[in-house]
Parts: sequence; structure tokens; C-alpha cells
Amino acid sequence: MEDLRPDAVPGGSGSAMEEIVGESINRGLLGAPAEISIAAIETGGEGESSRHKLSLGAKFAIGWMVFVILFAIFAKLGIITWGDPNESFTRCARRGPFSKEGSVSGFLAGCDSNGRNMMARLALGAWSSLYVAIGAIILGFTIGGTLGVIAGYFGGKVDTFLTGLFNIFLSIPGVVLALALVAFLQGSAEQAQDAILSPELILIIAIGVVSIPLVGRIARASALSWTQREFVLAARSQGAKHRRVIIKEVLPNVLPAIFSISLLGVAIAIVVEGTLAILGVGIKPPTPSWGNIIATDRGNLFTSPHIVFEASMMIFFTVLSLNMLGDVIRSRFDVREGVL
Amino acid sequence: MELTKLIARRAVQLIIVLLFVSFFTFLLVRLLPGDPTDVIIPFGTAAKKAELRSDLGLGKPFFEQYADYLNNVLHGNLGKQYSSGRPVSDLVTQSFPVSIQLMIYAQFLALLFAIPLGIYSAYRAGSRADTTINTTGFALLAIPNFVVALFLSYFVGAQLKWLPTGGYAPGWLDPLFDGTRGADIGEHFNYMLLPAITLALGQIAIYMRLLRSDMIATLQENFISMARSKGISNRRILWRHALRPSSLTLLTVVGLNVGALIGGAVVVEVIFGIPGMGLKITQAIFSREYIELQGYVLVIAVLFVLINFTVDFLYTILDPRIRRGRSAT
Amino acid sequence: MSKPKPTDIEKRVSAAGSTVTQSSETLLEVSDLTTYFRSSRGLVRAVDGVSFKLDRGKTLGIVGESGSGKTVLARSIMELLPRSGLERNGSILFEGTELIDFGPKEMRPYWGAQMSMIFQDPMTSLNPVMKIGNQISESIREHLDVSKQYAKELSEQLLVSVRIPEAARRLDEYPHQLSGGMRQRVCIAVALACGPKLLFADEPTTALDVTVQAQVLDLMATAQNERFMAMILITHDLGVVAGRTDEIVVMYAGRIVERADTKTLFSNMKMPYTEALLKSIPRVDQPSHLRLSTIPGRPPDLVNPPEGCKFAPRCAYAQDRCTQEEPPLREITPGHEYRCWFPVGTPEGAGALANNRAQGTTATGLVFQEPEVATTTRGDG
Ligand SMILES: Nc1ncnc2c1ncn2[C@@H]1O[C@H](COP(=O)(O)OP(=O)(O)OP(=O)(O)O)[C@@H](O)[C@H]1O
Ligand code: SF4
Ligand SMILES: [Mg+2]
Repeated sequence: MEDLRPDAVPGGSGSAMEEIVGESINRGLLGAPAEISIAAIETGGEGESSRHKLSLGAKFAIGWMVFVILFAIFAKLGIITWGDPNESFTRCARRGPFSKEGSVSGFLAGCDSNGRNMMARLALGAWSSLYVAIGAIILGFTIGGTLGVIAGYFGGKVDTFLTGLFNIFLSIPGVVLALALVAFLQGSAEQAQDAILSPELILIIAIGVVSIPLVGRIARASALSWTQREFVLAARSQGAKHRRVIIKEVLPNVLPAIFSISLLGVAIAIVVEGTLAILGVGIKPPTPSWGNIIATDRGNLFTSPHIVFEASMMIFFTVLSLNMLGDVIRSRFDVREGVL
Repeated sequence: MELTKLIARRAVQLIIVLLFVSFFTFLLVRLLPGDPTDVIIPFGTAAKKAELRSDLGLGKPFFEQYADYLNNVLHGNLGKQYSSGRPVSDLVTQSFPVSIQLMIYAQFLALLFAIPLGIYSAYRAGSRADTTINTTGFALLAIPNFVVALFLSYFVGAQLKWLPTGGYAPGWLDPLFDGTRGADIGEHFNYMLLPAITLALGQIAIYMRLLRSDMIATLQENFISMARSKGISNRRILWRHALRPSSLTLLTVVGLNVGALIGGAVVVEVIFGIPGMGLKITQAIFSREYIELQGYVLVIAVLFVLINFTVDFLYTILDPRIRRGRSAT
Repeated sequence: MSKPKPTDIEKRVSAAGSTVTQSSETLLEVSDLTTYFRSSRGLVRAVDGVSFKLDRGKTLGIVGESGSGKTVLARSIMELLPRSGLERNGSILFEGTELIDFGPKEMRPYWGAQMSMIFQDPMTSLNPVMKIGNQISESIREHLDVSKQYAKELSEQLLVSVRIPEAARRLDEYPHQLSGGMRQRVCIAVALACGPKLLFADEPTTALDVTVQAQVLDLMATAQNERFMAMILITHDLGVVAGRTDEIVVMYAGRIVERADTKTLFSNMKMPYTEALLKSIPRVDQPSHLRLSTIPGRPPDLVNPPEGCKFAPRCAYAQDRCTQEEPPLREITPGHEYRCWFPVGTPEGAGALANNRAQGTTATGLVFQEPEVATTTRGDG
């Protein structure tokens, strides 16, 4: 038996492969929380219990997400609109909440360079950003999840084919793929004068397609490991229908993994939407999104930093919260089935 | 399995993936609805359209079109930019080294900071310094590249005026691709520093956290106790004994992350006005140069595939155990 | 029935008396060493008040079941334990220098050069991605002021001295290319590299094939004699230490429960625990994983140990007194100490046995079983 390993070996989580997938989909996941070093090398202080800290972070994350979602929905439904997002007020153009000339009452977050109410734009921007991001991930979640579970459950040729497909899509960097898809889809839409392919829908499809292989690979790995468990093998050997086994036995176990990845996926999608906006192919103004608020006023960062700053903060806290929540789910359900 | 066999198997896989990737980029243009030429050059003359149609081989059977496309690509023919008539391959040779240099600097900077930080926070796991490094890292992960780019370019570039906020001068790699361009290394780094830092910032957090968690696991290994019992210095234990076994995952992620890096480079190039492939892609989209766009996408995908292929090999060098049998994935 | 051949052990025990006796200067003196770990459950008392002395060139055996604190004791003396959550007190005199308050910085000159350790598991104690040669020579280069080339030659000689065939070629190989026995030899070479005065061998043979075990132990004995090096040989198998040590310490629940010179321990053991350990010596005809199967029950919880004698729940001799009062470590005859109210082979012990035999259970409710081996062994002594 190995000695000198305290019962609760905490550190590192050691599950490197799981990180790989995580990192490849995101600009990163939260690794295991910092805990007491049992590294052989001497350490200084006591590691304080970070479990407590994590739950504090999780509380903040949940709080923020509830706020942002309500903020967005109320604005969209017109319950709390904070004013007309497209009306210009010259008296307050470029004035921030803390600008030298003083803030203008009634404009909590100041105005943008066209004198439009930032609060209203941020709120409606939240709606567009979340709408696109969540829509894209739902697409990725359903298609990627389904394909992944099929690949993992049936194995063999099906698996080889689907995994190969995922790998091919993964070999084109996400932003570039999304960019190319948006470009070609917009071209098609204009050509076909397609009313169904609205600009938002194009973004959802483009970002969704990018996320399919990422979700797919994780779903596959997780499904594969669960499919080999005894209770699933037992169900299969008793001649249960594949569909039944998948839905009853495999899916409930795979869902937490896909779900935690999807939360991170939403975070990434928000960033990708912003990126596309900066590149000029995001949601079309005047409809605000966090990304295009930044894109429109990035030239005015020097004179009125509050515009870019406010939208950036919305993105930052939302992405931070989603990363945190994804991580909580991941550790809660111990989503670490040897991925890949 | 011997090394040669491993190489052979990987090479076959590589070729298959490359074939599929080229097929995908091929499809991008063919799947445009109606007559693709109407989308690509909507205001082109009939003659121009006919020329494009024959360039694309549009009348021919589908797979023959692909075979032609592949053949062209293999001969370095990526089609033309229709507004100027310049071959896309020329545009690629100009912008490719620019992006590559940017990414090399970013990757280098990221590892330069991430490795010591990761080692240190693993070594002091649980300490206040470790917690601080980690929390900062986690926060950094939530800041999009373009936000970092904007704030750096305006505060360091525009307000403090330490570095230029846009523009480019050829570096060491450009003359290799285009003999007519002379390098101006000093200026080059002047222009590239801010973009490289921007791009590196996000990566630092990823690499550091990853290395930290692997390193903590490694530091609990028996061979580390053994190394300590020899009386060698902590520095040597960390760098010589613990780093290499802990860097395998890091290496894989560095490879996979090139994808994210390329995505980041696109935005950073646009914001800092660096004429790399990212900026070119964006310009191509605006001017509806779909063939040019197709060329960049292909080049980038191939680059990414090749990098991951190389990473697989570095793996075998880092971990001698793999040379004998265990597969790298 | 299942008795070892006492004569066999006897032979090896008497052979032990003939090891070198050049000097009897004390090398290591451990007094009242405690090593506790703070854990979420409470304080883990892994080593609890251990004292012993070791002379230069001599061999001390530390014997005990799994979890009795042998590894922690050895690492605690060498200061190789992780420092967070550690509480370590007492005194460790090495050549007259007090080591207990030394930090890793002060200990570094000792590690490898003055004292070194062979770890429990040879499969994981070598760095998998570092060449064997470098793993040996880095220690030499750290402590001795020699050239790289000379360090390499020394490494090769060391490999030869631990009987590794084709030593020169092995220097450039990686651990995974060697068998378990070979790896343990490499570990021994690493440990011997700088000529330490004290070698800790933590179950050096447990992970190895039975056939290789004796070879490795002999090799270590040879190396020890050549270098006049003291050794602490840790094992859970009394059979391993028989004939190879000068003195034996028996550990239970982090404490010494019996200490005697090897011959006395085998011929005149006083602790029922030692007796039970002896009974559990694996025999060649028995698969090694069956060892220790004969002591009923498990070692006590180190966070909340039972009151009284820690062995009472498993002891065939246990009386009411054992569950109430902890026996102190008493030196009854010079050089022989033990912790027991009803020692084996004394009238008290015999009375306790008779009492339990009559009742069919011990004072802790354990079903009485005859400690048979001991009676035979004692008869021979
Ligand atoms: N770092 C630590 N933190 C907490 N408890 C520990 C730590 N290291 C060891 N222990 C505990 O100390 C006790 C003694 O362990 P030790 O490894 O010394 O036993 P051992 O006699 O060497 O057994 P084995 O034959 O299995 O090697 C065990 O109960 C173990 O769980
Ligand atoms: S006889 Fe009593 S004191 Fe002696 S070992 Fe048994 S229980 Fe402990
Ligand atoms: Mg041990």
C-alpha cells in the first residue's frame, strides 16, 4: 500500500485529460480549488478550506446570472426597459455616470456616443447576447450531445465515423470556422432573400456548429464510460431496446457532463459573439448586443471609457459566473470520466 | 510498437484529416445557393462570371470538381482575389508569416510567465501567493481577448504612448516568404509587443492552472521523495524532476490551444491593424472575396492540424515510456 | 500444523551474532520522538514516543504490521515528511547533532550524504523520464566535488557493485526498461552513492519476487559490511530480519512495544504481539499475500486509540487490567524492554492464558485462540 498519502488527497484534481477537453473548448476551466499542499516539498502556511470560498463564489455566480437573465427578459418584454435604447439625447452623449461634467439624472449608466441610454442598451444587449449564445449552445447541445451519445453507446464503425467527423471540425479554429460560416450563410441568405435566415439565426447556427464537436466529444467519452458499466451491460444483455437503454440508463448519467460543458459553452459563445461583433459580423446595429456596443464605441474609449467598460464588465461577470457554475457542476457530479 | 510504425500510422491519419479538411473548404463555396458566382461577384460582368464558373469547374460532376480543387491546391493554386486579380497564394505568403510571428511571440510570452507561475503555485500550493495567482488566473480567463486588446491599446498605447497602437514592420520571418521585404527587427518588435502581450494574457492563465494541477500531482509521487532524499536542491527537484513529467498535458493543450490562439489572433490583428491572416480574413468577408476566404481557412486548418501532429511527436520525446508501446492519445 | 521450521530461524538468528563489531560508538539516538498529522478527523498519532539508539555499522530491524508507523518513523527521522499539518517533537541526535529543529535547508547536506533511504516501492521511486545514470550521478555531483565524467564512472561502478549486468549500457536507459528487482538495485545504488553512514531500507523487498528478495537483502548486507554503514531495516515480516539485524524494535500503533537484540527477541519474546507476528511469518510454501492473516482484527485507529493496552482488542492474553491501564515500556533485563502486563513465558502470562482458555474469550470479548507457535519457539530456546 502506498504510504504518506493522507486520506483526503486534495490538490490538483490530477485529471489532466478532462482539463484538456475543457481547455480546448474554453479559454479555460476552473481546476480543482486550491487546497492544502501535500506536495512533498515543504510548504508554508495552512491551506484554508476553500470549499467555503467556492460556495461563496457560486452564490455570487447564481445571483449574477439571475440578475442578468431578468435584466434581459424584462427589457425584452418591456417590463423594465430603462427607456428607449435607440433614442438619442444629445445633452448626455458620451457622458458616463462618473464623467467630469457630472452625470445626467435618469441615465444610470450614462449614454453612448450617440446619446443613447446605456442602461437600456445594456439590458437589451443582454437579451441579444444571451439569446444568441444560449440558442447556439442549445443547438450544439442537442446535435452534439445526440451524436456523441450515439458514438459512445454503439461504438465500432459509427464511433469511428462520428469521432472522425468531430476531429475534422475541430481542426478548424472555432472563431475562424464561425467567421467563415457567418460569411457564407450571409451570402446565401442575401442570395436567396431568405427571411427565415435572420442575422441572429445565422449567428446561432454558426456558433452552434462550432460547438457541436466539442459537446459531441465530451458526450461520447462520457457515454462510452457509462455504457461499459455493469447496469447498462445488464440491461443490454436482457435484450432491452437500445433506445430504452440510452434514455433510461445512459442519458441520465451523461447529462451532467454535457450540461457543465454547456454552461462553459454559453460563456464561450458570448465571447465569440463579441468577437464577431468586433470583426463586424455580429448582431447588426442598431439592435444592441454587448459585443456591438463595444465594437461601435471602441474608438471612443479614450474620451468616454464608460461605454466599452460597462459592456465589457457585463461580459466579464457573466463569463466568470458561467465558468464558476460549470465548475461547480463538474465537481458536484464528478464529471471526470476519462475523456478522449 | 516501434517509432517508425507509430509515425506511419499517424501520417496516415494526418492525410485523412487533411483530405477531409480540404473537402470541407471546398464545400463552403459549392454550397452557396443558386449560382455561386452570383454570390461571389454579384456585380460582375457576364464575362467575369463565366471565367469564375470555369475556374470553379462548375459545370463538371461534383467529385471531379473536388479532384480539380485538390489538384490546384496541391500545386499552390488557391484561386484569385477577384477585385484585383492577384493569386490568393500570394496574399497568403504575405500574411502567413505575420500571423505566425505574432502567435509564436504570444505562445512564448505565455509559457515564459505560465511555467514559473505554475511551478511556484504548485510548490506553494495552498499559500496566499498560490491563492492570489489562481484567483487572478481565473478572472483572466473571463476577460475576452478583444477587451484586453482595447484597454491595452488605449491605455498603454494611446495614453502612456509607450508603444504604437497599430501598424506593422516586417520581422525575421517575412523575408523568408517574400524576398522583396526587408526586415526591420526593432520596429517589428515595437509593433508586435502589445498585440503579443494581449494574446498571451489569456493563455497564461490556462497554462499556469494546468501546470499547477499536474505539478501538484507529480510532487506527491514517490520519485520526488526519493529525489529529496538525495539532498538535491528544491530548484532542481522542481525543474528537473517534476516539470517534465508534469508537462505532458501542458504540451497537448499548447497544441490544441493553437486553435484558440488563431481565433484570438484574428481579433488582435484587426484591433491593432496588423496585416496577418486574421485581418485579411475579415477584409475578405467585407469585400465578399469568398475564394480568398476559402484559401485562408484552408491554410489555417492545415496549419493547425500540422501543429497538433508535431505535438504528438514532442510527446514521445518528453515521455520515453511512450516510445515503447503506450499510444500518445 | 502450520509452524515454521524453528531450527531454520534459529540458525539465522545465531548467525546474526557474528556481524562486525568494530566500534560501538552511537551514531543515532532517537528519544521520545512523536510525529502527529493534523487531519480533518483529528490528530493522527502516527509515531508516539519512540526512543532507541543505533551504533555505527549496526543494523536495527523495525517490525510491525501495515500502518504501525514504520514508514512515518523513518521519514520523520530523516525529515522527509510534508510539513503542512505536521507536529513533530522529541530529539534526534545524529553523531551528537540535534536534528529535530532542522529545516529542509539544514537537512540537505545530510540527505544522501550522511543518511539515505531506499523506498518501499521500487516501481515508483525512480523518475520515469530521467535516465538511470543521471539519477545516480546527480546525487554524487550534489555532494562530492567531482567532474561530470568521474560522477559517471562512479555511477557505473555503483551499478556494477549492485550486480546489474551491462552496467555501462544501463546508465542510458530509463526505469521502465528494467525489471522490479533491477529497479530496486538501482535505488540501492542511488542510496549508496555518497557513502552514507546510515541507510534506511523501507521494506526493500516487499514489492519484489520471492526469489529476488534474498538476493537483494544479501546485496545490502554486503554493501553495509564493506562500508561500515549502519542500517535501519524496516519490514512487516519477522522472517526478513531474522539473521540480518543486531537489534529489533517491534512497533504497534506508532509505539515501540518490544525491543531486544535479535537473538533474545526470537528466543525469549515477551510481547504477545511479537509472538503473533512470528506466527504470521510467511512460509515459502505459502503465497506471500497470505501473510499476516493470522492476527485477528485490525490495528487501532490512530486518532482515537483505545484506552489501556493498544493491542488488547486482539490479544489472546488480554485481562481486565489491560483494557484499563496502559502498560509502560519497561526494561526488565538489560537491552530488552517491552510493554505488557502479562508477558509471554512468565507466570503472569501463563495465568492470563489459562484464565482466557477457561473462559473461552479474552477480556475484550475476543474468541480465545491458542498462541501455539510461541510455545514451540520458547521450548527450543
Ligand atoms: N501525511 C499523513 N497524514 C495523515 N496520516 C498519515 C500521513 N502519512 C501516514 N499517515 C498515517 O500514519 C499511519 C502510519 O503509516 P505508515 O506508512 O508509517 O505505516 P507503515 O508501518 O509504514 O505501513 P506499511 O507496511 O503499509 O508501509 C497510517 O495510519 C497512515 O494512514
Ligand atoms: S497481555 Fe495485556 S498488556 Fe500484554 S499485550 Fe496483551 S493486552 Fe496488552
Ligand atoms: Mg511503510
